[in-house]
Amino acid sequence: MSTKASRSAARAMISPSVLLLLCWMVVPLAMTVWFSLLRYNLLMPGAHPFVGLENYQYFVSDPAFTDAIVNTLLLVGGVLLITVVGGVLLALLLDLPIWGQGIVRIMVIAPFFVMPTVSALVWKNMFFDPVNGLFGHLAKTIGVQPYDFLAQAPLASIIGIVSWQWLPFATLILLTALQSLDSEQLEAAEMDGAGAFARFYHIVVPHLARAVTVVILIQTIFLLSVFAEIFVTTNGGPGTASTNLTYLIYKESLLSFDVGTGSAGGVIAIILANIVAIFLMRMIGRNLDA
Amino acid sequence: MTPKFRALMGACATAALATAAGAETITIATVNNGDMIRMQKLADAFTEANPDIELEWVTLEENVLRQRVTQDVATSGGQFDVMTIGTYEVPIWGKQGWLVPLDDLPESYDVDDLLPAIRGGLTVDGSLYAVPFYGESSMVMYRKDLMEEAGLEMPDAPSWDFIKEAAAAMTDKEAEQYGICLRGKAGWGENMAFLSAMANSYGARWFDEEWNPQFDGEAWKAALTDYLELMNEYGPPGASSNGFNENLALFQQGKCGMWIDATVAASFVTNPTDSTVAEDVGFALAPDKGLGKRGNWLWAWSLAVPAGTDAEASAKKFVEWATSKEYTELVAETEGWANVPPGTRTSLYENPEYQKVPFAQMTLESINAADPTNPTVDPVPYTGVQFVAIPEFQAIGTAVGQQFSAALAGQVSAEEALSRAQALTEREMKRAGYIK
Amino acid sequence: MARAVTPRRKAFNTLAAWIVGVLVFFPILWIVILSFKTEGDAIKTPLAVLSAPWTMESYAVVQERSDYFRHFWNSVVISLGSTVIGLVIAVPSAWAMAFVPGRRTKDVLMWMLSTKMLPPVGVLLPIYLICQSLGLLDTKIALVVILMLINLPIMIWMLYTYFKEIPRDILEAARMDGASLKEEVLYVLLPMAVPGIASTLLLNIILAWNESFWTLNLTAAKAAPLTAFIASYSSPEGLFYAKLSAASTMAIAPILIMGWFSQKQLVRGLTFGAVK
Repeated sequence: MSTKASRSAARAMISPSVLLLLCWMVVPLAMTVWFSLLRYNLLMPGAHPFVGLENYQYFVSDPAFTDAIVNTLLLVGGVLLITVVGGVLLALLLDLPIWGQGIVRIMVIAPFFVMPTVSALVWKNMFFDPVNGLFGHLAKTIGVQPYDFLAQAPLASIIGIVSWQWLPFATLILLTALQSLDSEQLEAAEMDGAGAFARFYHIVVPHLARAVTVVILIQTIFLLSVFAEIFVTTNGGPGTASTNLTYLIYKESLLSFDVGTGSAGGVIAIILANIVAIFLMRMIGRNLDA
Repeated sequence: MTPKFRALMGACATAALATAAGAETITIATVNNGDMIRMQKLADAFTEANPDIELEWVTLEENVLRQRVTQDVATSGGQFDVMTIGTYEVPIWGKQGWLVPLDDLPESYDVDDLLPAIRGGLTVDGSLYAVPFYGESSMVMYRKDLMEEAGLEMPDAPSWDFIKEAAAAMTDKEAEQYGICLRGKAGWGENMAFLSAMANSYGARWFDEEWNPQFDGEAWKAALTDYLELMNEYGPPGASSNGFNENLALFQQGKCGMWIDATVAASFVTNPTDSTVAEDVGFALAPDKGLGKRGNWLWAWSLAVPAGTDAEASAKKFVEWATSKEYTELVAETEGWANVPPGTRTSLYENPEYQKVPFAQMTLESINAADPTNPTVDPVPYTGVQFVAIPEFQAIGTAVGQQFSAALAGQVSAEEALSRAQALTEREMKRAGYIK
Repeated sequence: MARAVTPRRKAFNTLAAWIVGVLVFFPILWIVILSFKTEGDAIKTPLAVLSAPWTMESYAVVQERSDYFRHFWNSVVISLGSTVIGLVIAVPSAWAMAFVPGRRTKDVLMWMLSTKMLPPVGVLLPIYLICQSLGLLDTKIALVVILMLINLPIMIWMLYTYFKEIPRDILEAARMDGASLKEEVLYVLLPMAVPGIASTLLLNIILAWNESFWTLNLTAAKAAPLTAFIASYSSPEGLFYAKLSAASTMAIAPILIMGWFSQKQLVRGLTFGAVK
C-alpha cells in the first residue's frame, strides 16, 4: 500500500506538525540554553556577561536541589501508584452490572474537569484547613485534635490532591480497556474452576498491562511539571518539604528573577525529563509493539 | 506599526459602542485586598468625571500580582498603565528608572499632606515615584472581653513578656480559643514581615554594616525561640500556613485572643458585618523588649505608573484621583469613615470625624514609630523595617521564611532553622557580590 | 463482560459503586453547596452549613466585581480555537503516520511527546519576550497558538492510536468494490474516524480550558480567561469561602456540563491504543 507517491504525500502531511513542534522546541530551548550561560537578572538591568557554567553550578549546589529531585520523583511515583491501583479497582467496580451506572460514572470522572488551581484552592481551604476545613470539623466532631495536613504531611497532601485530579483519567482508560476484554475467555476460565483471584491475575491483569502503560506515560508527562497545586497550597514548604523541580525553577526565575539560574534549572529539568522519557518509551515500546 | 495596528483593532472592537469612541483605556493591576476592591467599585466617579478614560482592572492575589508586574516592568512589557506596588519595590524600581516620577502633582493634591514616614519610603533621590493608596504599620489587636476575663489589662505599649503572659491566660484550646495568632505562612511578605519586625525589637538585624548575615547571633535566636514558644503553646493549629488573610478570618470568628498584624486589619475586625467580635477589639502598640525599638513595620500599598506606558497622562490622572483627599471623602460618604484607606495623609488624622474611629490614633502612632532607615538597635546598611530594599531580598526572604515556617511546623529545631537561614543567605549574598 | 448476577450481589455492587462515586465527587458537590451560602455560614461545621439558608449573594458579589462573561468568552475562544487549529494540523499527520508508517514513525511520535516535557516555568521568559516583540501580549492569538502547540503532541498521538485501529481490510474491500479514493475517504474512512476525532477534540478542549500557567502569565485584562478570574478570588481579605466557591463553580461549570453531555463521545476514543 505504501507506494513512493503515498510516502511523499505522507511526508507532506506530517511535515507541518513536525516543523511547528520543532520551532516550538528549538526556539525557546535555544534561548533558554543561551540565557543559562549568562549572568542575567531581570531586576538588575545592564550588561549580561557570559559566565559559562556558573549558573548550573549554582543551581545544582543549592541545598534544595536534591530535595527537589527526590520530591519530584515521589510526587510522580506516588500519584502514579494511587491512580493506577485506584483506577484498576474503580474500573473493576464500574464494570460490574449496577443500577445507575451512568450517574456513578459521571461522578467519578468529574474531577478531571476541574482546573488545577481551583482544586488546589478547594482542597487547601475547604478540606485541609485545620480550623475551618471539613476534615478539621470532622476531627472535632469525633473529639480528635485536627490534623494539620499541609504542615505535617505537605507532600502527601499534594499527592492526594493531584491523585484526585488524575484518578478519573486512569479510571476511564482502564475501564475502556476492561470493557474490551473477551468475556468468553473469563467464563471459560470460570468453568475450568479458576477462582476469582486466579482469573483476575491471569486474565485481567495481562489484558490491562497495555492500558496501564498508557496511563503511566501520559500522566508522567503532566506530573513532571506539577506547579499550580504546590504554588497554591504550600509554596514548596514548610522548608523544602514540597518543593519539586518545577517549583525550584519558578523560585529562581520568577521570584528572584534570576533568568540565568532559572534557565539553567530549566535545561536541567529538560534533561531529566528526557531521561525519564527514554526510560518510559523503552517500557512503552516493549508493551505497545508486542 | 504595533501601536497603530492595536489602535485599529481597538477601533474596530469599539466601533459598535459609539459612546466609547476616542476613549483611552488604562489597565490597572491591583491586589485583591478589600480597599482596592472598594476602589474598583467607586471608580465610576472617576470615569464619569473623565469620560475620555476607560478603566480595565486586573485584580490578582498578592504573589501573582507581584510576579506579573515585576516581569512586565522589567521587560517593558507595557501590559499595565498603573501598578499597585509596595514600599519594597518603589525604591528599587525608581532607581532603575522603571517608574514615571510624580513630581508634577497639582497644587490641589497637596503632596505635603502625605505622612512623612510614608512619603519618605516612596521617594528616591528627591523624586516621588509612587503615591500611597493606604499605609500601614503593625500593632496588637486584642479581645477586651477576654482580657477582662483573664483579669489582665493591656497597656498601650506592652512588652513581649506581657504578651506571653496574656496569651497563656487567654488560651483555652478545648473551646478553640487561642491566646495569640501570628503569621506563619512562608514568604518575605508573610511570616518574615512579622518576624523581621519582631526581631528588630530584640535587637536583631538582617545584615551587619558589611552585609554579613546575622542569623547566627543571639538576638535572632531569642526572637525565634520566643516566637515558636508563643505559637506552639498558645497559637492555633495549622499556624504554619496562616498568613494575614487566614489570621484575619480566625480573629473575626473570635478564635484569637491577640493578633499582631497590619494596622489596616483594624477596620475589618471592627466591622460588624464581617466580624463576630467587632465590639470587643482593643488596640495597642506592637510589643518591645526594652531595647528602645518596637516590633512594628511600615508598608504602603501604592500606585505607580510604569515608564513604558502609552497612556501616561491618563494613568497619572487616575493615580492622583485614587489617592486624593477627594477619594477619601467619597469613601467616607458611601462607606463611612472607618473604611477610608488609612495611613497616608496628615489631614485625615486631624479630621475630627476620623478621630472618632477607635483605631485611628493607634494607627498613626504606630506608623510614626517606624523608622525604615534605622529599623533596629544596631546600625544597618539597608533601608526597610520588615524587608531589606535590595533586589535579592524577595528570594532570600522567602527562602528564610520557609526555614522558619518549617521550624513552626516542628520539622526542624530553631537552631537548625537559623543555621540553614544563615547558610542560604550567605550563599545568595556571595553570589550577588555583597560579600566575598 | 456483563454476566448474570444475583440481585443481592448487584445491590451490594451498586451500593459500593455509589459510595465511591459520591466520595470522589464530593469536593465538587461541596463547593457548589458552599457557593449558595453566606460567608459566615460557609465556615461552619458541615451540618450547620447544610441547615443554613440558601442564598445567591456570593454570585451577585462575584458578578459585580469581575466581568464573568468576558472571561468565559475568552476561555471559549482560546480553548476552542487552539483545539480546532490543532486538529487541522494533527489529523493529516496522524493519518499519514497510521496509514503510511515509515521506519522512523515511532521515533517521531515519541519525540513529539517529549516536547511536552519542557517545563513551562523554565521557558516562560523566552516566550514572554517573543510575544512582547511581536506585540502579542494579552492577546487571544498568542494563547491560541501556544496552547495549540502544547497540546499538539497529545492530539497527534491520540489520533494516531485511534486511526491505527481502523481495520485495513475494510479499505481494501471498498477498493475492490470499485470505490474511488474520494468515496473511500468520505464513506468508509471518515465515519470510522469521527469518534476518534471527536474525543480528541473534547479532551483537548478540557486540557486547554484548565491550562493555568500560560493563560495567567501572558494575559492582563483583554484576553484573560477564567483561570485569571479565579486568581483574583484565591485569598482575599476576610472570609472568602463562599465567594471562592461561587467563582469556582462559575469557572468549572461550563466545562463540567460539556464533559457530562459528551461523556460517551469522550470515552469512545480515549484509548490511546490501550485496547487491542
